[in-house]
Amino acid sequence: MEIPYIVDEREDTGLINSKLGIWIFLASEVMLFGGLFSAYIFLRMAAPPGDFAHWGSELNVPLATLNTLVLITSSVTMVMSWASLKLKDFDKYKIYMGLTLLCAAIFLVVKYFEYTAKFHHDIFPSSSTFMAIYFTLTGLHGLHIIGGMIVIIYFFLPFGNKMWHTAPEHFTNRVEAVGLYWHFVDLVWIFLFPVLYLL
Amino acid sequence: MSSDSHHQEGFLRKYIFSIDHKIIGLQYGVTSLLFLLFGFSLMIIMRWQLAYPETVVPIIGFLFGEAGVMLPEQYNSLGAMHGTIMIFLGVVPLAVGAFGNYVVPLQIGAPDMAFPKLNAASYWSYFVGGVIMLASFFMPEGAARSGWTSYPPLSVFESGQTMWLIGMVFLITSSLLGSMNIITTIIQLRAPGLTWMRLPIFVWAQFVTSFLLVLAFPPLEAAAVLQLMDRIASTSFFMPSGLVYAGEPVDVSGYGSPLLWQHLFWFLAHPEVYVLILPAMGIVGEILANNTRKPIWGYKSIVYSIIFLGFCSFIVWAHHMFLTGMGQVMSTFFQTTTMIISIPSVIILTAYFMSLWGGSIRFNTPMLFALAFLPMFGIGGLTGLPLGLAASDIYLHDTYYVIGHFHYVVAPGTLFALFAGIYYWFPKITGRKMNESLGKLHFWPSFIFMNGIFMPMFIQGLAGVSRRLYDGGQMYAHASGVLEWNTFMSISAFCLGAAQIPFIINFFMSILVGEKVDKNPWESTTVEWSAPSPPIGHGNFDTEVVVHHEAYEYNVPGAKNDFTPQTEEP
Repeated sequence: MEIPYIVDEREDTGLINSKLGIWIFLASEVMLFGGLFSAYIFLRMAAPPGDFAHWGSELNVPLATLNTLVLITSSVTMVMSWASLKLKDFDKYKIYMGLTLLCAAIFLVVKYFEYTAKFHHDIFPSSSTFMAIYFTLTGLHGLHIIGGMIVIIYFFLPFGNKMWHTAPEHFTNRVEAVGLYWHFVDLVWIFLFPVLYLL
Repeated sequence: MSSDSHHQEGFLRKYIFSIDHKIIGLQYGVTSLLFLLFGFSLMIIMRWQLAYPETVVPIIGFLFGEAGVMLPEQYNSLGAMHGTIMIFLGVVPLAVGAFGNYVVPLQIGAPDMAFPKLNAASYWSYFVGGVIMLASFFMPEGAARSGWTSYPPLSVFESGQTMWLIGMVFLITSSLLGSMNIITTIIQLRAPGLTWMRLPIFVWAQFVTSFLLVLAFPPLEAAAVLQLMDRIASTSFFMPSGLVYAGEPVDVSGYGSPLLWQHLFWFLAHPEVYVLILPAMGIVGEILANNTRKPIWGYKSIVYSIIFLGFCSFIVWAHHMFLTGMGQVMSTFFQTTTMIISIPSVIILTAYFMSLWGGSIRFNTPMLFALAFLPMFGIGGLTGLPLGLAASDIYLHDTYYVIGHFHYVVAPGTLFALFAGIYYWFPKITGRKMNESLGKLHFWPSFIFMNGIFMPMFIQGLAGVSRRLYDGGQMYAHASGVLEWNTFMSISAFCLGAAQIPFIINFFMSILVGEKVDKNPWESTTVEWSAPSPPIGHGNFDTEVVVHHEAYEYNVPGAKNDFTPQTEEP
């Protein structure tokens, strides 16, 4: 027997399984980053005044601003790729998916330069508690970007998106779920940027 | 019937890398029962050490220090791993992984879980986490020895902790995937007619439990990442300035806080207590209604209490930290919430006791275990009240009283309910009943010796014996009056081990030669009993499931039997 509500919405809940599942997953992700943000607040309160701001001034704000723009762009292209599927335009879908992937790669490259510049100046996680939480938060966020990229690559490559030809609606729902995850990762960065770089 | 049920599946696909919720549930069940046995064995070794310190450990003495006498750090390792294995590898996977996976889709009339592949991923993540935890015993560093709570700074210095943290990340991932799946399944895949207030109590319990796992576990994952950073990247999240270790000042970057770990840890670990107890309450509810042959008393108040317990369990965590000096305001807040959270537990327990009133009770093995759960959980809950009040907790903290308290909740409480569940759903899983005589031979000694182990702990704890002494308290004068209980408790523990032998024999014997039964041997009302025993491979049910009745319609006036199955046409 097939599992129901993969493509059609259940009448009383108005949901398909994957959308509900991804939202619950995102709730757990909120708690994960919430735990780390709480740790940030806790540690900042415990540190002497000005310590976090002092170490925060070591960070490269222009590069982070660039990265913020790159990630927001990738969120837009992600929506566009899903919208293209809704409009049954598979070629456009591939273009937008490719652009999303490109943005993610740019983000990671910029992040790589930021990290190596820090290491070059002998700044490591062990240098100060601010740097420790900076590397932990951005590192974990980077892992989320990489995880998202793996899934996006899967849906970008032919063996992942062949489902479009057999079950287009099911495939569209899968892309929507990835999109929701991608927007969340983007949103985490929107919080990380001011908290780490600007405050 | 779709085409996929006709083609033959290979052995690996069918039994090892299966995506069928029934097989995955059984995988969880077998693995977690083995871990329970292993965790129990660790405790047996500890109990030997407590009763007969400075003597050679019999049979397996070669595993320990010179001449076979246990070293203090080995005792610490056993304690830490006993707790970790029993909670994260034993009880939770059995309650949520095994029963949740096997029974929930059947009880809601679903063909499978909502995400079968995710379900398999969840089991294998659990398996890898378990292997890592076991492997840590064989590492040159040894297994973790900072307690299951892993308080820093000790846990950052002590060896063996890295494997523990990596194992925990896998176990947390497993729980997250599993509980996402259970929530989605319950919301989406309920059979037509199965409205929320017709759900069996067990499904409600699993639903709230899964929310606790989804929302409470991630902060521990965050904390585990931070502690890993402390150990590997020499950061100082949990290391305070001016720390001195083994006479040497420690080089830290400064302003870290050991309290931060305790907050993050207990933010998980208190809801975890309800993760341990809610599925047990659910199982007991099913069995009580079935064996008293009357509707469960106060169904709605039980459901609302379960939900309220779930909410409240997130705001009581710091009652584990009264001794940390976090301040009076915090203590007052958390002791108030702790008193509030005891109310729904009492409502549920009272409703269960009221359910017994006027029932024509069948005393079969599952019912005996379920009945034993009630007073045992009652003792566990009531002895928790002095621990929830800051003034008395300051005296009782870290004594054997605490050990007695939470073991009453988890061991004769949750574990008895889980045993009840095994006896109760065994016919559904195998098509055969377990043997009643052996079941009673399992129950009565277990019941007596459980109390033999844990009741004296209250006496020792009230006398002020600390829970962390590897010699059982011999070096302290204030413990001398209550020391003789150590031998009593240890002998009870060994006897409890022996009392599990009838269960093991019964389990395997009944699979082979147990009494064959039909769909509904217990004459129960819930939906899982309208599936064949065992349920068929893909899709579980041989008829379409439509629900017409509430969960526990026993002895409805005018009905043709003393039970009205939920699926019966009106």
